[in-house]
Amino acid sequence: MKFIEIVKDTKIDFVGLRNKAFVISAILCALGIFAFIMVSLGKANLSVDFTGGVQIHARFEQKVDIGTLRGVLLAGGIKDVQIQEISGTKEFLIKTKSSSSAEQDIQKTIDAIIKKEIGDKGFQILASNMVGATVGKALKRDALIAMAISFICIIIYIAWRFTFIFGLAATVATFHDVLSLLGVFYLFNMEMNILFITALLTIAGYSLTDTVVVFDRIRENMSKMKSKKDFADVINKSINSVLSRTLITSITTLLAVGAILFLGGKTLFDFSFALFIGVLIGTYSSVFVASPLVFLWRKKAR
Amino acid sequence: MLKSLKLRVILVLIFLVVSIVFCLPNVVEMKGVWKRYLPSDKIHLGLDLKGGMHLLLEMDTSKMMENVLDRKFSNFKDAMIRDGIRFLGLSKKENGISVVIRPEQKDKLYNLAGKEFTDFKAGGQKTEGENLVVDFIFSEKDMNHLRENAVNQALETIRNRIDQFGVTEPVIVKQGDNQILVQLPGIKDPQRALELIGRTAQLEFKLVDEENAARYTGGPVPDGDEVLSLKIRNRETGIVTTAPILLKKQALLTGELLTDARVKIGGEFNNEPYVAIEFNAEGSRIFDKITAENVGKRIAIILDNTVYSAPVVKERISGGKASITGGFTMDEAKDLAIVLRAGALPAPVKVVQNITIGPTLGQDSIRKGVTAAVVGAILVILFMVVYYRFSGVIAVIALFLNLLYLLGAFTALKATMTLPGIAGIILTMGMGVDSNVLIFERIREELRLGKTVRAAIDSGYEKAWVTIFDSHITTLITTFILFIFGTGPIKGFAVTLSIGIIVNLFTAVFGSKAVFDWILLKYKPRSLSI
Repeated sequence: MKFIEIVKDTKIDFVGLRNKAFVISAILCALGIFAFIMVSLGKANLSVDFTGGVQIHARFEQKVDIGTLRGVLLAGGIKDVQIQEISGTKEFLIKTKSSSSAEQDIQKTIDAIIKKEIGDKGFQILASNMVGATVGKALKRDALIAMAISFICIIIYIAWRFTFIFGLAATVATFHDVLSLLGVFYLFNMEMNILFITALLTIAGYSLTDTVVVFDRIRENMSKMKSKKDFADVINKSINSVLSRTLITSITTLLAVGAILFLGGKTLFDFSFALFIGVLIGTYSSVFVASPLVFLWRKKAR
Repeated sequence: MLKSLKLRVILVLIFLVVSIVFCLPNVVEMKGVWKRYLPSDKIHLGLDLKGGMHLLLEMDTSKMMENVLDRKFSNFKDAMIRDGIRFLGLSKKENGISVVIRPEQKDKLYNLAGKEFTDFKAGGQKTEGENLVVDFIFSEKDMNHLRENAVNQALETIRNRIDQFGVTEPVIVKQGDNQILVQLPGIKDPQRALELIGRTAQLEFKLVDEENAARYTGGPVPDGDEVLSLKIRNRETGIVTTAPILLKKQALLTGELLTDARVKIGGEFNNEPYVAIEFNAEGSRIFDKITAENVGKRIAIILDNTVYSAPVVKERISGGKASITGGFTMDEAKDLAIVLRAGALPAPVKVVQNITIGPTLGQDSIRKGVTAAVVGAILVILFMVVYYRFSGVIAVIALFLNLLYLLGAFTALKATMTLPGIAGIILTMGMGVDSNVLIFERIREELRLGKTVRAAIDSGYEKAWVTIFDSHITTLITTFILFIFGTGPIKGFAVTLSIGIIVNLFTAVFGSKAVFDWILLKYKPRSLSI
C-alpha cells in the first residue's frame, strides 16, 4: 500500500537537539518576560478593554488623510489620541486612554469635532467602545486569574493521567508558548485586547493537545522499554512516529486560521494572527520543549 | 459486529435528524403546522453581529447611603427635640451617629432608639468627664440590605424605562454588587437610549427663596438654601442658557407620589410639547396645600438638580395635576414622560462601559466570517482528500456531520453567536479533523507493520482512542474556563469551541468508524485507500 506522506520514516534526534532548542526557547521566553513586565507597567499596546478609555471605529465615505484627522482632533483639544488606519479601507480606529469622569463626553466630543471640521467627507461611527478605568482593572485581574486557574487545572489533569514530571513539563511547555506569543505580539506592537487573552488560552489548549499526543506515545513505548538507558531512544522514536500527525493537524488548523486571517476582517485579524503564530509555536514546543524536559528531569530525578 | 454497527448507524442518524430539525429554522421560515410541532428558534446573534449597545452601569450607592444616613440623622435630631432629650453634642459618623448627653437622660435616649429607630443598633458608650457619649450604628447587614434593595429597584426602573422606550429582546441583569448590565440589540439611536437609561430622574418641587433671591448675587448661600441652575431656552433661537437660582433646600414634593406623566401639545406656548403629570391622593393633597400656602410665590420644578421652570403660583391647585414646560422637543418630552412614569433611580448611576456597534459593521462581520468559514472548510477538505484519498472523504463526511451537530446543538442550547464564535467554528474545523488524523496515522502504522485492513482499522481506532480522549479533555478544560471568565463575545467562542470538541469526539468514534466498518463488511477490501 502506498501513502502520500509529508514526512517519511524520520529518525530525527530530538533529544540530542535539545540544547539548540533551549537556546531558541530561552530567547523567546526572555522576550515574553520582558513583554510581560512592559504590560504590567502599562507600556505595551493594551486595548481600552484593559486601560480604560474610548475607542472609536469610524468610516469616511471619501479619502481622509490620517494626518488631517489627527490635526483636527488635536486642535479640538483631544489629547493623547492614537489613530490607526485600517489598510485598504477608508476606516480608522481612534483611541484615547483618557479615563476621567468625562469619558462619555469624549466620545461625543470627537464625533462633534470631526463632523464640524471634516463632515463633508461622510463621517460615520461604525462602533465605539468606552471602558471605565475600574472595569479595565477588574478585567485585567480576571484575565490573570483565568489563566492561572487553567494552568493549575492542566497540571492536575496531566499529573493524574501521566506522572508529575509529565504534568510539569507539559505546563512549562504551555507556559513557554503563552510567553512567546506575548513576546511576539509585543514585538509587532499589536494591540492586546480580550480577544488576545482568548487566543492565549486557546493556544494553551492547542499546544497541550499536541504535547499530550506525544506524551501518550512516550507512555505507550515506555511500557515496551527494556532498559532504562533507552529513554532517549524511546522519546525520539515516539516523537518521530507522531511527527506526521503533529504536522498534518498543524497544517489543517493553519489552513482554517489562515482563512480567518485573510478574509475575516479587521476585528478578527489580530485574533487569528495570534492563533496562527500560536499554532506554530505550540507545534514547535510539543516536539522540542516538552519531551526533552521530561528526559532531562527524569534523568535528574534518578 | 453487524448488530453494533447497526446501532451506531442508527445513533448517528438520529442525532443527524435532530440537528437538521434544529438547524432548519435558520434556513427556512417555519409556518403553520410545522411551527407548532418543530422548533422555530433561529441562532441568536450577539450584539457584535446584530449591532446594538452594551452598557455597564454602576450605582453610586455610597451617595445613596449618605442620603439615607442624613435623613436618619435629622429625623433622630427632631425626635430628640420632640421628646425633650437635651443633647450636648450630636455628630455624624461613618455609618452611624454619636450623641453626647447627661447620664440621667440615658434611659430616655435608649427608649427612643429602641422604639422608633429600630435599625439603629447601640454601638457602645463611654464617659467623657461628666457626660456620656452614646454611639448608634447602622448595622452592616441593614446597609447591605438597603444597598441590595436599591440595585434591585434600579433594575426594575431601568427595565420599565426600556420597555416603554420599545426595544426588542433587551437584556437587563444585575452584575456583581452594584452593577447593572444592559444590552439593547439593534438600537437605532444609542445616544438617546443612553440618556434615557442613565438619568436619575429625581423630580422635586422646591420653593424659590423670594426674600433673599433679589439680594443674592453669589457668595455664601443663606442657611437652609441652595443654588441650582435654571435652564432657559430662547424660544426663537432655540439656544439654551442657564442662570443661578436661589431655592429653599427642603423639597415640598417629589416624583415618588406621581401616578402618570404624558406628553401634551399646546397650552401656554402654541404647539410646544410639555409633560402633564398627575399625582396620587397623597401627592394631590400635598400639592393642594403648598399651592394654597404659596400663592404669588414661585415654585421651582427640578429634575436631577436642574431647574426646568419656576412658575408663579397664580392660585390654589386642587386635583393633583401639574405640567412641566421647558421648551422641549417632541423626543425630549416623550423621554421625560417615560422616565417620570417609570420612576426615579434610587441612586445616580455611572456608565462604566459602553460598547456600541452599528448595524453595518455587524452585517460586514457576518459576511466576512461566513466567507472565511467557507474558504477555510474548502481548504481543509481539499487537503484531507488529497492526502488521505478515500479515507479523507470519510473524514470530510465526519467534518460535515460535526458542523451540522454543532449548529444544531448551538441553536438548541439557545447560545449566542458572536464574531469570535464564528472564529471558534472555523477553528473547530481545523482542529476537528485532528481525531481522524490521529486515527488514520495510526492505521497507516498498523498497515506498515503488515496487518490486514480489518485488524489495522480496529487496532488503529483502539490505540488512538486514549490519545483522542486525553487531548480533547485538556482543550475542554481551557474552553470551560474561558466560558466562566469570558463575557459576551468570548462566551460565544468558548461555547462553539467546546460544543465542537464534544461533537468531534462523538463523530470520530461513532461516525467515521461506522463508515469503515460498513465498507469492511460489504466489500471486504484487501487494501485501503488512506
